[in-house]
Amino acid sequence: MAEKVIMLGNEAFARGAYEAGCKVSAAYPGTPSTEISENIVQYEEIYSEWSPNEKVAMEVAIGASIIGVRALASMKHVGLNVAADPLFTVSYIGVTGGLVAIIADDPGLYSSQNEQDTRAIARAAKVPVLEPSDSSEAKEFVKFAFDLSEKYDTPVIVRATTRLAHSQGMVELNERIEREDKPYVRDFAKNVMMPGNAKGRHLVVESRENALEKDGCNFSINKVEYQDTSIGFITSGIPYMYVKEAFPEASVLKLGIVNPLPRKLIEEFAAKVDTLYIIEELDPIIEEQVKSWGIKAIGKEVLTVQGEYTANLLRKAIGGEKLSIAHPAQVPNRPPILCPSCPHRSVYSILNRLKIHGAGDIGCYTLGAVAPLSVVDTTVCMGASISTLHGMEKAKGKDYIKNWVALIGDSTFMHTGINSLINMVYNKGTGTVMILDNSTTGMTGHQDHAATGKTLMGEDANAVDIATLCKAVGVNHVYEINAFDTERLEKAIKEATAMDEVAVIITKSPCILLSKAPSKKQYHILPEVCKKCGMCMKPGCPAITKLENGTIAINDTMCNGCGLCEQACKFAAVKPVER
Amino acid sequence: METKNIMIVGVGGQGTLLTSRILGALTIQAGYDVKLSEVHGMAQRGGSVVTFVRYGDKVYEPVVEEGQADVLIAFERLEALRYAHFLKEKGAIVVNDNRIDPMPVVIGAAKYPENIIEELEQHHRVYKVDALEEAKKLGNSRVFNIIVLGIAAQHMNFTKEEWLKVIEETVPAKTIEINKKAFEVGYNLHS
Repeated sequence: MAEKVIMLGNEAFARGAYEAGCKVSAAYPGTPSTEISENIVQYEEIYSEWSPNEKVAMEVAIGASIIGVRALASMKHVGLNVAADPLFTVSYIGVTGGLVAIIADDPGLYSSQNEQDTRAIARAAKVPVLEPSDSSEAKEFVKFAFDLSEKYDTPVIVRATTRLAHSQGMVELNERIEREDKPYVRDFAKNVMMPGNAKGRHLVVESRENALEKDGCNFSINKVEYQDTSIGFITSGIPYMYVKEAFPEASVLKLGIVNPLPRKLIEEFAAKVDTLYIIEELDPIIEEQVKSWGIKAIGKEVLTVQGEYTANLLRKAIGGEKLSIAHPAQVPNRPPILCPSCPHRSVYSILNRLKIHGAGDIGCYTLGAVAPLSVVDTTVCMGASISTLHGMEKAKGKDYIKNWVALIGDSTFMHTGINSLINMVYNKGTGTVMILDNSTTGMTGHQDHAATGKTLMGEDANAVDIATLCKAVGVNHVYEINAFDTERLEKAIKEATAMDEVAVIITKSPCILLSKAPSKKQYHILPEVCKKCGMCMKPGCPAITKLENGTIAINDTMCNGCGLCEQACKFAAVKPVER
Repeated sequence: METKNIMIVGVGGQGTLLTSRILGALTIQAGYDVKLSEVHGMAQRGGSVVTFVRYGDKVYEPVVEEGQADVLIAFERLEALRYAHFLKEKGAIVVNDNRIDPMPVVIGAAKYPENIIEELEQHHRVYKVDALEEAKKLGNSRVFNIIVLGIAAQHMNFTKEEWLKVIEETVPAKTIEINKKAFEVGYNLHS
């Protein structure tokens, strides 16, 4: 009997790629897709890499596919926006070796800047989409996707959501099937997308869509469960689980392929049930198409386009059940925060003191938008800090941004920030850019990138010297300062923002979580010296608490010993202790 | 068997993932179908985190919903209160009697609720422990979550030997002994 193990959805995706004979995997980390690559790396048969961004990752996979090797790209939903350019055109080119992209959506916004629906992009790109419902299907659907990709000469998207990617369930392991590489055949009409060739390929894409719509009706990954036919559900992915939980007696059409929709299968099912519901998280992608065929169905009239669904949500919206649920207690929120000893806190406490605005970016440092630091004014997307600051300057003149800086992390700078910096210099901007270099991709759980000196596969690699890179693109004023050297840092910020030229300040201090051992040094507050003024609390360190009696204390299980509070105290009441 | 619903709640960084993995491995060894649901990424950075564990003959939904939890394991007081309404009427709360102020409290925008344990006791069976203090007595404050898990074990249908075996297989080799000791402390506390 095959071995059965418990696996995270993302672990199962990786296993599926392994069993399918995939040989190349490229990705940029992003919650909730990161663990796919982190698990693929254990399979030595697969070359895997962190690319600097999702567009590069997609193109690496495309290259491998073109010369006949099975390849995978994985990313979060917003990453697909970055990779949309190659995706839309590889849809025309098709594949030689199977090409699969696993894209993870984030309904409920656990760790993202928007709640977009990948299926909408896939429809626009005319790329088939498969949607698994649990870890076991995650593995199987990836294998199915590789076969489908080669059979229909198309890239295939496997769509995940946070709940699938970060849930664990049982998976049966199978052997890897090694595949011979397909021979590369030079084919200009297929692989060179200039207008004349693309016209021909567009016809191929349309007929592929038609074929998939018909053939998809017989795919083994769709499931029809006829039970009580007075009520029927069309659903897919994780919402299938909520339907089964809330309406175990109902008939269900569970779609494994959600683009293009298997029309005949859906029409047959719709004809057999009295009332038809369409249950899909986020946008009404299935619903709008089904209704456009003249089929009567209920969907977003009673359900939301926001957030995650649950069985209770369906019970209430569809069953009309009045659930007697105790009310939640009214308690203070606990939003995510910068860790104790996070170097970003040191930088932000200076910016806060100097009343400087930050054009922000994507990473842990986005948390500088919340009180008490409140220095990050904007967050749009990866790399946008530098270019939005530049836009502000061009709109209102250089004096307007004298109290602004762009705030970006090292990994995000390598992702797309560098383009924006080149632009700022080229187009004669004068902005101050702060690169908060913590030597890792922090928020997603510490992945390497082109400036850390290590690859995903653990090999030593060239580490881009960010300061040299900035100078090379034409920045004449580059500072490198330890994030906790607040005196020098404050001076540099004042100097740089006053300048009529682009300046880059690189704050160099590794993410506190990179060091696994607990800090040897800690701080405590001498109660007899403390004046209870609260200056040490200004930077918002979670390890410092004001007790009921007004005394301020440092929590010894949380303090990591950065000493920012010691620097803030004017009365020498904060003292280091050896642990 | 009817599906059992366990929740593990706490503050990001308190080790909810390790605890849920021990519990997951245990349910598999016992031959159940199981689903676990976790929180990664931004939400974990010192935020409120919740992990769901469901096991039984056949499990569909990976999350536990309001009014369904058999056991709520809370590594922090305020988090116990935040999720208490997820418990079934006769559900049990195992709570680490520890306070970590959320940022709104630190900056004075909100007050940390008083008498949380007393409030919980009005509606539920509450088993509390100062696990940090107990863990320090063992010489390693990081094993506090296994002490809490030891208490919770009294409210699940697995033997002590099964628990110890899984702990041995799940935690890093160097910490097996201290983790086993920590489990025993919790297991014997309210028995």
